[in-house]
Amino acid sequence: MTAARAARRARLRRHRSVLVVLVLVVVALLAVTLSIGERIYGPSEIIRVILGQDVPGASFTVGRLRLPRAIIALLIGVAFGIAGSLFQRMLRNPLASPDIIGISYGSSAVAVVAIGFFGATGPAISIAAIIGGLTVALLVYFLAWRGNVHGARLILIGIAIGTMLFAVIQWVLTRIEVYKAAEALRWITGSLNSAFWGDVPPLAIALLVLVPVAFAVSGRLKILELGDEASAALGVAPNRTRLLIVVIAVGLTSVATAAAGPVAFVAFLAGPIAARLLPGGTGVLAPALVGGALVLGADFTGSQLLPTTFPVGVVTGVVGAPYLLWLIARSNRPGGTS
Amino acid sequence: MTSTRSLATDAVTVGYDDRVVVHDLSVSIPPGKVSVIVGANACGKSTLLKSMARLLKPQSGAVLLDGRSIAEQPTREVAKTLGLLPQTPTAPEGIVVADLVGRGRYPHRSFFGRWSDDDERAVNEALTLTGILDLADRPVDELSGGQRQRVWIALALAQRTDVLLLDEPTTFLDVSHQVEVLDLLTDLNLERGTTVVMVLHDLNLAARYADHLFAVKDGRLHSEGPSSEVVTSEMVREVFGMESRIVIDEVSGTPLVLPVGRHHSAQLRL
Repeated sequence: MTAARAARRARLRRHRSVLVVLVLVVVALLAVTLSIGERIYGPSEIIRVILGQDVPGASFTVGRLRLPRAIIALLIGVAFGIAGSLFQRMLRNPLASPDIIGISYGSSAVAVVAIGFFGATGPAISIAAIIGGLTVALLVYFLAWRGNVHGARLILIGIAIGTMLFAVIQWVLTRIEVYKAAEALRWITGSLNSAFWGDVPPLAIALLVLVPVAFAVSGRLKILELGDEASAALGVAPNRTRLLIVVIAVGLTSVATAAAGPVAFVAFLAGPIAARLLPGGTGVLAPALVGGALVLGADFTGSQLLPTTFPVGVVTGVVGAPYLLWLIARSNRPGGTS
Repeated sequence: MTSTRSLATDAVTVGYDDRVVVHDLSVSIPPGKVSVIVGANACGKSTLLKSMARLLKPQSGAVLLDGRSIAEQPTREVAKTLGLLPQTPTAPEGIVVADLVGRGRYPHRSFFGRWSDDDERAVNEALTLTGILDLADRPVDELSGGQRQRVWIALALAQRTDVLLLDEPTTFLDVSHQVEVLDLLTDLNLERGTTVVMVLHDLNLAARYADHLFAVKDGRLHSEGPSSEVVTSEMVREVFGMESRIVIDEVSGTPLVLPVGRHHSAQLRL
């Protein structure tokens, strides 16, 4: 009908094709992760394992080791991707992801204390990690509160708290026995090496609850992005919406951290990559898929492609750190934005 | 179809923390007219507008939309009647004009709302009225200040409200763009009967474009009425603390304020 309609149709088409490509990338990475390892299994063997048939060798390697690992990689990637992008959009700042503003450190610190001093194992560590993440998020949020939440203030407070928590983690590591320290180290780097089926149900259930809410709140976030006054004028109460977003994003970060540790920079990278692919509005699905692809790709790279095996958090850290440096350099330049 | 929605404040007192900015102020906005609120810096005129837009909660008193307190109505319902152009809205990075304007449709969409033909028409009309239809798929970041202000006005128009509040819509614009924006708002008022309420800094443009002028001093209403009655040298002295002479604007026939300063006022024969 009009130029405006044609332009929107074109954008929708582009949006859809980007999402299709992202889904294909994720599926391809899943397939590669499942089939390649010390032994390579073909598609038919993998499908039979997934269908529950007994395939000698593959049933164990693929069914018990690779499949839960790949599923957890995908789920935590989705969770980190959504959480990071929600925070970044809400605070209008690419630095505002939960791993930068201390929330992941909150999970790690409480988990490490639980392991080191209370001998926590299994689900108890996960619960400790979730409590830690939520506590730190609320602490940062309320310390930053001055009638409303300003992005830069919240980020600086978050970084400061994160640094303090990192010191706590270091201190705990020097105090506890070596075998416990090995378990605790996972909570600093982020690793999928001990992933097993038991980790899947709590993660999957949490995502089944939180992801639909994230989709629902994304429409309101689109309005909140226009500024508090415009948002209120359009019928979206800014502070209430922000609190809801914080709860969802922190919940996602914490459950993902509980499953695999704070996989560095996934939350930080997924949103900006999605925004680069879809300028002018990413929604929730794109950062979720980018996050999933990042963790799957990084884990496969760390475990298979490099001469020695590295935990997934090391690989994402190596990718993410230069981007963080670039972002900081750009925002310090006169006329630069952050 | 002139708007008949009534907007009024009933003895509102508004402030920030313990500092009261608007004192016990009651105004009634004439429906279907262009109202302009004027006053010196920090007199409470923006605060008054923000309280009408429910951005600030009155410490006492109420803002009444169709006789009912807006605080007691669902905010999204209010958003279908009452639109606002804030002073400094922010555009998400990379967003294109049509998408941004489309966000003005938010209050009209259902929970799983798909983009409807109504939405399409409202956005198209808003783009046409503001003369930015040909910018529809341009990123907002690339536009000039004047164009960007039209985009924000278009967003408020797409919201299709009967009442439109604007907080200094002409700030940061050069004089030709100021006139353009005010003409546009007058078109909107004449063609659609939209009730327009705005805060303006420029007293002369206010006098020219207002059907009804509110002069605010120290958080209280000083005077109100058509600009020919309100704009007097006494009012300017009392509200703005400035000597002036009032002449008739040859172009519009409305009062024109000539400030008397300490310099360059030699022609003045009192």
